Amino acid sequence: MKYSGAEVIIKLLERQGIRIITGIPGGANLPLYNALHKSNIQHVLARHEQGAGFIAQGMARTTGRAAVCFATSGPGATNLITSIADAKMDSVPVIAVTGQVSSNLIGSDAFQEVDMYGLTVPITKHNYLVKSAEELIRIIPEAFQIAESGRPGPVVIDVPKDIQVQEIEVDEWPSLKQEHELLELDTDRIKRVANMINNAMKPLLYIGGGIVQSEAHHLLYELAQRNSIPVASTLMGLGSFPCHDPLYLGMLGMHGSRYTNYIVNQADLLLAFGVRFDDRATGNANRFCPRAKIVHIDIDPAEIDKIKSSHASITGDIGAILKYLIPLTNSDHRLDWLCEVNKMRQDHPFSMPNSNDLSHPINIIKSLGQQAAPDTIITTDVGQHQMWVAQAYPFQHPRTLLTSGSLGTMGFGLPAAIGAALANPDKRIICFSGDGSLLMNIQELATLADWQLNITIILFNNGHLGLVRQQQELFYEKNYIASKFMTNPDFAAIARGFGIRGYDLDKDNQLCALFKKSLEETGPCLINVPTDFSENVFPMIPPGKAIYEMIGG
Amino acid sequence: MNESTCTVINLKVRNHPGVMYHITGLFSRRAFNLEGILCGQLEDGTTSQIYLLVKADQSLEQIMKQLNKLYDVLEVSLMKNYNRSLFMRIHDLINAESIV
Repeated sequence: MKYSGAEVIIKLLERQGIRIITGIPGGANLPLYNALHKSNIQHVLARHEQGAGFIAQGMARTTGRAAVCFATSGPGATNLITSIADAKMDSVPVIAVTGQVSSNLIGSDAFQEVDMYGLTVPITKHNYLVKSAEELIRIIPEAFQIAESGRPGPVVIDVPKDIQVQEIEVDEWPSLKQEHELLELDTDRIKRVANMINNAMKPLLYIGGGIVQSEAHHLLYELAQRNSIPVASTLMGLGSFPCHDPLYLGMLGMHGSRYTNYIVNQADLLLAFGVRFDDRATGNANRFCPRAKIVHIDIDPAEIDKIKSSHASITGDIGAILKYLIPLTNSDHRLDWLCEVNKMRQDHPFSMPNSNDLSHPINIIKSLGQQAAPDTIITTDVGQHQMWVAQAYPFQHPRTLLTSGSLGTMGFGLPAAIGAALANPDKRIICFSGDGSLLMNIQELATLADWQLNITIILFNNGHLGLVRQQQELFYEKNYIASKFMTNPDFAAIARGFGIRGYDLDKDNQLCALFKKSLEETGPCLINVPTDFSENVFPMIPPGKAIYEMIGG
Repeated sequence: MNESTCTVINLKVRNHPGVMYHITGLFSRRAFNLEGILCGQLEDGTTSQIYLLVKADQSLEQIMKQLNKLYDVLEVSLMKNYNRSLFMRIHDLINAESIV
């Protein structure tokens, strides 16, 4: 049977199990949309391609499977760039199919031509410029394989318009790639790591997004309980370990609690599982955990010894490795170490705001966390509110926090929440945002209104770029420049303008009541929460300082 | 430059127009030094051989690992006993005259 290149793409996406595609049509991808017209795949029209990229991320981050977004050539493609870079930095499997000008026009500076292949080389796991419709038969399944296997990441497929309309004969579709091959376990190395754990006095688990990707949270829990090892998580690892467990230390690093960072610094064995020693987690890497031997396990061989030399390392899937490792470790109560840990926890507790200060974001986040179901999916934007959520929200399950961890993209929260809601129609989504961040992708309120998804937006509105203002206060002699907005829009009215319920939290309105209302009613709403701009996120490791040299808190 | 401070990385890569960008892009993005490149087609033209002259410093291991992650790079190896003068005399090797 004859198929056009566009039909081949849609057919292969269907075969990969894709049910929803988000994007925006334009001149160079109209054949693709014409093929989508005949498909059962649902299309979610975003209002800006960056929004489409983050909607796809919301789907991918909550399911662990690759999600797809479409954009046209030129500005459509460049608008996607930030969301693709974000997916690369946080290892999210996203497949972006972009339209390109026809092959004979490439290089001629044609209308809406941009070198998407060249632009995305440094921000993708892999990318393609398609040369013929035939190639698509190989490229589409391969793109999924690459995006989802090993350390996941984004793949860009740039498809010239003439390739989309080129007709080819397809008699047989490629079989779906089987589950990803598992690397053979290096059992000698695992035995060595088990010995190191059994012989350590003060072991500590430093865990991150790799645990989430590998779905190894149950095994992590088993290891920690069996050998009584305290657990500190990175931002990307939050939810991998139940937050109420006595072994849990919370988030380490730049805005980690004092006790967490002090305890990490005391360890004699650092079990770095599914982490990459990011500077936000380690502070000054040269002075990170000076007393500890380091065991580094990660699926990406290039992360091993990149920042810190390890004493033992294993490249591979953390879940498969833990399964073999756990029976080799002793059951141990570690009374001395846990006693020291608990003393440090008591001596240097997380400094909570006064509980009477009901409008403080931390108190609000904590109280919403108590009311919301444990499987509620939280998205954040970037800034102070993001760190308060990371510090205070009671995460209990993996894939319940979606946040732009590495690239730190303001504008992530709302479209990521839309993607999460599309992929999880049975769950409630809460998007914590700030007034600076929300405005960066506010147009996606229209997409949200289209689909009437169960999203509650909690907007901490302080009229500032709060984390910028904080740094100016602490490190730039209080020279406040460009961190205060001259005007502050009426966000509740804006929401209503888009057809979404909008509320203002003021003296007459209790947030709990408003929040309860938002949970009871279906569909989206926005709650504007006026916030004191002078609040800072503490503790904080100043730039260049070691993890134990925090200020504040 | 002292010969002992350099080494040559040998790559076998898929031969298409974007592959060189992936490799040189990696060097610039990760702030690795690249001192010289020699490149040519292999056999039927579907693959190419690339020799990269690089400094043998502490970033070499990371360079090798990152090159290994590129999908269009099929093989990566480190060469010893290479003829360094090749990189210094490429104009002589080409042995051609400019016409414009």
